[in-house]
Amino acid sequence: MRKAELIMAIVLGLLSIYLMWKSGEGPSWDPTVQRFDNIGLIEGEGPGSGFWPFWLSLIMLGCCVWTGVNWWRRTTPPSQSEEPFLDSYAQKMLLFVGGGLIGFLALIHVVGFYGAMLVFLIYYLYFLGRHSITQTLAISIGTPIFSFFFFDVAMRIVLPKGYLEPLFIPLYDMFL
Amino acid sequence: MEIIAALMDGVWQALQPTNLLLAFIGVVVGLFVGAMPGLGSVNGVAILLPFTFVIQEMTGSATSPMIFLAAIYYGAMYGGAISSITLGIPGASPAVATTFDGRPLALKGQADKALVTAALASFAGATVANVFFTAFAPPLASVALKFGNPEIFALMLMAFATFVGLGGDDIPKTIFSICFGLVLAAVGFDEITGAPRLAFFDIVEFQHGIRFLVLAIGVYGIGEMIWTINSSRYKQTHTEANITFATVTAAIREFPKAWKGTSIGSGLGFFVGILPAAGATPGSLMAYGVTKMVSKNPEKFGQGDVDGVAAPEAANNSASTGAMLPMMTLGIPGSPTTAVLLAGMVIWGLQPGPLLFSNQPDFVWPLIGSFYVSNFIAVIVNLAFIPIFLWMLRMPFTILAPLIFVLSVVGTYAAYQNMFDVWLMLLFGFGFYFLRILDYPVAPAVLAIVLGPIAEPTLRQSLLLSDGDWSIFFTRPIAGPITVVAIILILLPVFKLIRDRLRSRSKEAT
Amino acid sequence: MTKFTSFVAKTAGIAALAVGAFSGAAMADGHGFKPIKPIEFVIMAGKGGGADKMARLMQSIVEKEGLSARPLVPNNKPGGSGAEALVAMKSASDPDHTIMVTLNSFFTTPLRQPGLGVDIMTFAPVGRMAEDTFLLWVHKNEGINSFEEFVAEAKKRGSGWVMGGTGKASEDNIITDYLNDSYGLEIKYIPYKGGGAVAKDLAGEQIDSSVNNPSEALGFYESGDVIPLVAFTDERLPMFPDVPTLKELGGDFSYFMQRSVVGAPGMSDAALAYYTDMFTKVYNSADWQKYKSDKSLMGDFMAGGDLTSYWQTQRDRHETILRASGAIK
Repeated sequence: MRKAELIMAIVLGLLSIYLMWKSGEGPSWDPTVQRFDNIGLIEGEGPGSGFWPFWLSLIMLGCCVWTGVNWWRRTTPPSQSEEPFLDSYAQKMLLFVGGGLIGFLALIHVVGFYGAMLVFLIYYLYFLGRHSITQTLAISIGTPIFSFFFFDVAMRIVLPKGYLEPLFIPLYDMFL
Repeated sequence: MEIIAALMDGVWQALQPTNLLLAFIGVVVGLFVGAMPGLGSVNGVAILLPFTFVIQEMTGSATSPMIFLAAIYYGAMYGGAISSITLGIPGASPAVATTFDGRPLALKGQADKALVTAALASFAGATVANVFFTAFAPPLASVALKFGNPEIFALMLMAFATFVGLGGDDIPKTIFSICFGLVLAAVGFDEITGAPRLAFFDIVEFQHGIRFLVLAIGVYGIGEMIWTINSSRYKQTHTEANITFATVTAAIREFPKAWKGTSIGSGLGFFVGILPAAGATPGSLMAYGVTKMVSKNPEKFGQGDVDGVAAPEAANNSASTGAMLPMMTLGIPGSPTTAVLLAGMVIWGLQPGPLLFSNQPDFVWPLIGSFYVSNFIAVIVNLAFIPIFLWMLRMPFTILAPLIFVLSVVGTYAAYQNMFDVWLMLLFGFGFYFLRILDYPVAPAVLAIVLGPIAEPTLRQSLLLSDGDWSIFFTRPIAGPITVVAIILILLPVFKLIRDRLRSRSKEAT
Repeated sequence: MTKFTSFVAKTAGIAALAVGAFSGAAMADGHGFKPIKPIEFVIMAGKGGGADKMARLMQSIVEKEGLSARPLVPNNKPGGSGAEALVAMKSASDPDHTIMVTLNSFFTTPLRQPGLGVDIMTFAPVGRMAEDTFLLWVHKNEGINSFEEFVAEAKKRGSGWVMGGTGKASEDNIITDYLNDSYGLEIKYIPYKGGGAVAKDLAGEQIDSSVNNPSEALGFYESGDVIPLVAFTDERLPMFPDVPTLKELGGDFSYFMQRSVVGAPGMSDAALAYYTDMFTKVYNSADWQKYKSDKSLMGDFMAGGDLTSYWQTQRDRHETILRASGAIK
C-alpha cells in the first residue's frame, strides 16, 4: 500500500502535467496561435479557453506533491500501511470481474447488447457466482428479453445488435 | 381569493377521470424511468412526447398531455431516490446527494427508513413548492430575470462553499478530486471560443464533453460494486431489508425528526430551482450542505442521517416544481427536462412566456391543480412500491452484482446512445476503484462535474461583460452579497484548520 | 471455452443465414425501399433547442400520420457544434436507416474543423423543411424604436453595447459581425449556449440586444418586453408587418437558418426517394404548416439537386464570411 500511494501520486502528477500541456493547445484552424497563449487573462475579455483547465491542473499537480510529502512524512493511513495494495484475492477478483466487464463491452461490438448480456450473465452467474444452471439460464435469458421490451419496444431506445441484427428484424416487424 | 378559486377549479379539472388516469400512468412510468440508472425524467418525457400528440387529439386540449408529462417528471424525481438508496447509483444528477446518507442507511439494513423518508420529504418539498408556485409565480419570474451570469456564478460559488466539508480527511486528495472533476467538466467544446478543447487524441466523441452520468455510473455502478465485491469476498451475502408493514409505519412516524432537512430542502430547492440554468442539482447539493452546517451533529452526516436524506430529496422535488416557473412564465427551461416540456408546449400550439398566465388560464390552472394531484399520487405509489425495491435488495449479491453491471452498461448507452461513453464509463469505474483504495474521496469529483459546466461559462461570460474586471462579482446588488458569503464559507474551514494547528502547537510548547 | 466458441459459431451461422434470407426478401419486394428497422434520427443539437423542437415535431407528425413503416428514433448528438453528429453520419453503419436534421452548423462546423474530414456534399439531400429567420431585438426600456436609432446609440456606447447570441462563429455571431463591419460599430458579442438564455437575458436587461429567431423571442415580444427593429430577410415577415427589412433600409444583407433533413453519405437512391417522399408529406401536413406560420419560418420545400446546389452556395457564402471575420484562416 505504501508503494502504491507514491506511485499513484506520481501517475496523477504526470496526468496533471499532461492536462496542463493539453489545455494550452490553440484552435486547429489557426496555427499562428502559440501554445499556452490561451491560459491567461486576455485583456478586456477575461479568461481564455485554457485558463480554467490549466490552473486547476496546476492545483492538481500541487496536491500530488503535497500527497508525496505526506507519504514521506508517513502521515496518511495508506502511507503507513504495510498491507499489499491488491492482495491475491483482490487480484483474482479484478481479473475475473474486471476482465469479464471488458469482455462484455468488447462482445457488444460483435453480437450487440442482448447477445453480450446473455454471455456475460452466464459467465458471471454460473462460473463466478456458482449458481445452479437453471437459475443461471432463467436470469440470463430473462434479462435480455425484458430489456428488449423495455428499451427497444417501450422506450424506443434501439440498442445495437451487432451481427445479430437480422435476427431482430422479424421482432421489429411484430413490435415496432 | 381569486387565486384560490382558480386553484380549486384547476384541481377539480385535474381530478377529472381522464386527467387522473393520465397522471397516475405518468407517475408510475416516471417512477420506473427515474429508478433506472442512466434514464431519468428527461428520457421519459422526451420519449413520450410524440405520444402526447395522440392524447391531445383525443381530449382536444393541451392540458391533458401536459399533465401526463408533468406527472412523469414528478414520478422520476421520486424514482431517482430509489436507485440512490438501494443500489447506491444516482440515476440522475439531482439524486447524487441522496446517496450520501441514503446508501449508508440501506447498508445498515434501514433501507425502508431511507426510502420512506425520501418519499415523504419529496412530498413535503413538492407541496411547499406548489404553494409558492400558486401564490407567487408571476412576481417570482421577475426575480429570476434579475439573475444574470454574474449572479449564477456567485450561486455556483455558494454551492461549492456548502460542500467544501464533504470530502474525506485527507485535504490534498479532496482538493485533487474537486479539481479533477472541474477539469473533466472542461473537456469538450468551448462555447465561448467555439473550439474543441482537451479533445484527447482527436477523438470526436470527446467534443460532447464528459457527461455527468458517465462519471457517476462508472464511479458508483462499477467502481463501488467492485469495491463491495472485494470487501464481501464472494460470500453469498445480501443486504438486510425488512418489509413488514410495521417497520414502514414506524418509519413514517419517525419522519418528523427530519424536519430540519425537509424544511431547508424545500425552501432552498425552490429558490434555486426557479433560477434558469441552475436546476435541481445545485439546489439539492446546497440543501445537503446547509443542513449539515446547521445540524447539531454534523459528524453523523455521511453515516446515515435521515436529515441527510430528507434535505436533498425535499430540495430536488421542490426545485423541479420551481423549474416549471421560468419555463411557463418566461419560456426559459431551467433544466433539460423542462426544455423538453417546453418543446411539447410549443408543439401543442401554446406560447410560453410572460402572457401565458393571462392568455391561457384554462391551460395554466388545471396544470397547477395537477401538480398537487400528481404529487399526492406519487407519494402513495412510491410508498406502495417500497416492498418491491426492498425485495430487490435482498437478492444474493452474486446475482445483484452482475445485474447492476448490466444495468450500468445498458443505462449509460441508453442515456447517450454512444459506445464511446460506455467504454469511458468503464475506465472511470476501474480508475476510481484504485483511487478509492488509496483514500481519494470520489464524491467531490462527481459533484464538480455537475457544477463545472455551469460555473465556467458564467464566469467567463461575466468577465466578457465587465471587460475582464473581476469586481463585477462584488459590485452588483445581488451577486455581491452572495459572493462575499460564499468566500467566507470557503475560507472558514481554512481558518479553523490554522487555528487548530496553532492551538496544538502552543499545547506542545507548554 | 469450447462451449463458448461453438455458441459463437452457431450464432454467426444463424446470423449469416438470416442475412441471406432477409436480403432476399427485400429484393423480392422489387420496386422501392422500405425501412426494415428503426430509423436513427440524429439531431445535431442538444435536447430542447430550436433544432430539437423541430425534430421532435417532425417525429410526432410522422407518428401521428403513420408516414413511416418503422419508428424514427431521435438521437441528440450536440458535441462540438455538430462535429460529433457529422462524423457519426459519415461513419454510419447503415446509411439507409440514418437521417439527420441540420442547421447552419452543417456548413460552418466542417469549415472550422477541417480535421473531421467531412464533405457535406456527400450527404443525401432529403429535404429542406424551412428557413428560420432572424430579427434584431432590443429591450423596450432602451427607448429605441428604429434601426437608425439603434445604430446611433450603439455607436455612442462603443464596446459598451452588448449583443448576446448562441455560440461563437455561429449565425448570431455572423450577423453581429456584419453590423459591426457595415455600420462602424464595436458591439461586444457574448456567446451563450442556447437561444432561450439569450432571450431571457435580454428581457432581464443583462444584455442590450439580440438577434434571436422569432420562436425564441416571441414570448417576450408578446408581453411587450422586447421590440424587433429590423428583419434580416428579403421580404417583410407576415407576423411583423411593421418591421422593415435591412434591405429596405439600404443594407445588402439577408440571412437565414436552414432546417433541412439529410441522409447519411452512401444512402441508396431508393432510400433517398422514400425519405424525400416522407418529408414532403410532413412538410405538407397541417401541423407543420401551422408551426411554420406561428413561428414565422420561411422557405419552401426543396430536395434533390436543388438542395445540393443550395448547400453549395451556402457553404461558399459561409466560407467567405468566416474567412473575413477571422474565424477560419
